[in-house]
Amino acid sequence: MRHIIHAFLAVLLLALPQIAASPARAEGEAAAILTQNRDLVAKASRQTIGPVIDALAASGDPTAAQILTAWEARRLGQRKSDGAFFLLAPTADGYALTAPDGTAAGTAPKADITELKPNAGVRGLIATALVQFTLSDPDPAARAAALTSIARDPAAAHLEPLRASIDGETDPALKAQKQRLERLLALQYGASAAERIAAIESFGADLGLDIRGALNPLVATKRIAYAANPPAGANLARTLTPGTDIPRTEAYDLLVAANLAPARLTPEEQTAALAANLVNGSVGGVALADLNSQPARDRAYTALETAGTVPPAATDPEVEAALQAHTFAEVYAEPDAEVTAAAQAALKRIGLTVGAMQVADLSLDALSLASIYFLAAIGLAITFGVMRVINMAHGEFIMLGAYTGYVVQLFITNYTLSIIVALPLAFAVTFAAGVAMERLVIRHLYKRPLETLLATFGISIALQQIAKNIFGTQARPLTAPAWLDGAWVLNDVVSISYIRIAIFVLALLFLGFFLWLMKRTRLGLEVRAVTQNPAMAASMGINPDRINMLTFGIGSGIAGIAGVAIGLFAKVTSELGSDYIVQSFMTVVVGGVGNIWGTLAGALLIGTLQKGIEWFNPSNTLAAQTYMIIFIIIFIQFRPRGIIALKGRAAGD
Amino acid sequence: MTKGFLAKNPSILIFLAALAAFTLLVTLGSEALGLSFISTSMVKTLGKILCLCLVALAMDLVWGYAGILSLGHMAFFAVGGYMIGMWLMYARTEEIVIAALAQSPLPATPEEIRQGIATQIFGVVGASDFPPIWAFAHSLPLQLILALAVPGLLALVFGWLAFRSRVTGVYLSILTQAMTLALSLYLFQNDSGLRGNNGLSGLQNIPGIGEPSQAAVSLWLFWASALALACGYVLLAWLVSGKLGSVIRAIRDDEQRVRFLGYSVESYKLFLFTLTAILAALAGVLYYPQAGIINPAELAPIASIYLAVWVAIGGRGRLYGAVIGAALVTLLSSWFTGGRVPDIPLGFATLKWVDWWLVLLGFGFVAVTLFAPQGVGGLVDKLQGLRNPDRKGAPLGPDDGSLQEKEAVE
Repeated sequence: MRHIIHAFLAVLLLALPQIAASPARAEGEAAAILTQNRDLVAKASRQTIGPVIDALAASGDPTAAQILTAWEARRLGQRKSDGAFFLLAPTADGYALTAPDGTAAGTAPKADITELKPNAGVRGLIATALVQFTLSDPDPAARAAALTSIARDPAAAHLEPLRASIDGETDPALKAQKQRLERLLALQYGASAAERIAAIESFGADLGLDIRGALNPLVATKRIAYAANPPAGANLARTLTPGTDIPRTEAYDLLVAANLAPARLTPEEQTAALAANLVNGSVGGVALADLNSQPARDRAYTALETAGTVPPAATDPEVEAALQAHTFAEVYAEPDAEVTAAAQAALKRIGLTVGAMQVADLSLDALSLASIYFLAAIGLAITFGVMRVINMAHGEFIMLGAYTGYVVQLFITNYTLSIIVALPLAFAVTFAAGVAMERLVIRHLYKRPLETLLATFGISIALQQIAKNIFGTQARPLTAPAWLDGAWVLNDVVSISYIRIAIFVLALLFLGFFLWLMKRTRLGLEVRAVTQNPAMAASMGINPDRINMLTFGIGSGIAGIAGVAIGLFAKVTSELGSDYIVQSFMTVVVGGVGNIWGTLAGALLIGTLQKGIEWFNPSNTLAAQTYMIIFIIIFIQFRPRGIIALKGRAAGD
Repeated sequence: MTKGFLAKNPSILIFLAALAAFTLLVTLGSEALGLSFISTSMVKTLGKILCLCLVALAMDLVWGYAGILSLGHMAFFAVGGYMIGMWLMYARTEEIVIAALAQSPLPATPEEIRQGIATQIFGVVGASDFPPIWAFAHSLPLQLILALAVPGLLALVFGWLAFRSRVTGVYLSILTQAMTLALSLYLFQNDSGLRGNNGLSGLQNIPGIGEPSQAAVSLWLFWASALALACGYVLLAWLVSGKLGSVIRAIRDDEQRVRFLGYSVESYKLFLFTLTAILAALAGVLYYPQAGIINPAELAPIASIYLAVWVAIGGRGRLYGAVIGAALVTLLSSWFTGGRVPDIPLGFATLKWVDWWLVLLGFGFVAVTLFAPQGVGGLVDKLQGLRNPDRKGAPLGPDDGSLQEKEAVE
């Protein structure tokens, strides 16, 4: 706002020489209007001040804008001695005064001046009036700001000034924006139905939120009860039959609200009325002790009603009769039927496009969720999928990676550089942790897979608690570099944040890395050999111990890198890993153990499913996860070995 | 038959005697009846530990004897608790609402009472109507049946699905863990009808019995827990000492071979899985009135893993092992986290046991798995002079940790 005001003052200074050339009629008129409405201006309220502001804006006096701006900025004051208005500019010991006609009027101490303090409502009116001046402002920023302000709070009064300013617009972008805004205003406030319909049609199936925002009020309906048939002029959306289109109680409430029927008795009112008419231990002939059921209470109330002690209340048959006697209809707030029809058609058109776009957006979301699951699970695809070692501490390796990223950021404040350092460092840290774990624990348990699960779980709770002791329970930030901020916005519906794109790319990179490692390197060959038959591999000169250690280390290291990536969008806490561990195992199991393509398919399936279920019930991600897990349990029934099952000797049994 | 059964299993008598002595000791020491050297909260803690011992027994049967590492039994435990909690909360709120409505000039109608209870219970989640699952909450017998039937049915359906498709080993563990996670996530929602993450509270007040002191209530529940544990122990001991016990141990050691011998492996597993789920639910029914509150965090997958930890530390494949493990670990845990263990100053920092107990438990557990797969129960073997047969390096079976009775006795 301040910016606009400054721009304004600059404009006014430039415009000064023109004042002399402007018609003499307008000169001083603004000052005169102010003086005439002195009391109104001094005690301005939103209800009363409108005409004065309009008169000022329409006066044609070049100082009007100046006066309005000053008024809005609380720099308009009144001299206490004679009530004259002045524009104020604060000085060291008071105000420098400028008369409303633009001439300097000396200075005055603060005590002599009453500053006008218009409230928010009045300032809003002033801002609207100022729009016509701002729309032709030489400063493009001021013009853009004016357009934003109109778009935020459109009013019929804006339409004419806006139209007038389009031809003079030099900036092509602003011109397009003005034209769009002009059509938006025209469809709401246009003079004739034809003009409005033309404006509606001109948008086609535009996806903008603004057009939907402008169209929705046009098709807004209100439910109204009529004593007879609806009046001829009403723009009916449809008539309502109580019981089918509208619940009976709601229909009756409409009648009550329209004063067409007596109010129904609420239980509280009935209780109060009965309690008030308690005479000698009975009400209307019914003993107090018997009043513990609804029928007895109704009987007592009817007795009171016939006696005339309580106002009559509608009984069920009366309600029924009243509902029969009246008609109910949904009526458009917009009176013109052609306009509403055009708006309905436009909204339907837009709805179709929006639906298609939402499917696209959902697919993007699902893809991004799938890549997160894939990242979290790819380490497991190595340790569990290839080596068949259940590592419950996998989630804690993810956490370890995320904390490594956090610690690196403590030392390297450049976020880009710190991420570049953190990725290999996280790999190194978790690689070391994985190797240590393999050497110390897992090696001794290869023959006892269930106990590997338990032992690694012991490590998992220990690691989690150590992280909690070191870093505390509150979440630590892992900040993404600035170039990953924001989102890639295709239109108002489809958008995806850059971090998610980065994670997608990272997931693809890892997929490539895994394939290369297993299929193209000596290590991969040896890993596959050791997994299939350790004894045979050993007799071929491969050291199974070393291979197992390296494989486990690589799997853990990848978990560390995934941790950095996950930490970028999730809060880094000691429980980060346990949030992903079950889903990761699910991903591997559903996809098919021992096959990277299976893990990919599993991640895609789980991601798509979860997003798909969320779409049906967007408010409830917990339910989505529940149903997803139930689906997986059932899915395992039909494909116990996962989507892509290994066959033959590779299956291992 | 009975004589032979007890004579073959002297450990049952020893266990029952120890449990009876312990119950007597607590009764004598309680504030309600005895010398008041055991506080009411301690009686509650001990009663809860007895319930945990019962659920550990169930876990031992399903894991130690049948080799199914279920990570879902704490879910059955909590579902049982939820079911009994519904009645406790309903009946208790009913008493309060009736007392409040008695102040009004007219006698209350049943609708008013029901509405009042619903508003009281569901106000926190912004609802004021009873969800359908509360249909039987007004009746203790019905709700008690549900408390055992719902977890039992859940286990039956889940087990049927899982065993039918031959999901075994670690896959089954992961699947049961997923089931637990799904249940807990479901209960975390506000519209699950069980008050979302607020859970059910005020369960320590038993309705319908006037206003006895908490000291008395805690002692009654303690007795009930001790009785349930004793019955559960005898039942399971009888079960595993017979033919059924031999078959399920055989399933653990070599499932394929048992199947080829003509046994219906799936039926045996399903029976055990369901039976132990019901036992776990029974333990939950007794546990939560002593705990006073239940919320979805109780079903988190980690709780079931802790259950496995207790059984592993106590010693698998022997019923007394499960009891020892559960009692030992929970007692130690409440001792360490209760701040009663002196902190150890290390010069540069102080080792606070409240913070480091879980680390100790985690690594201790790893050590037990690696070096003493038979857990504390292994000590009993040493005392009795039992040795593992020397198989010249060949494994005894797939599950070295479990007691393999007949073979181990040389």
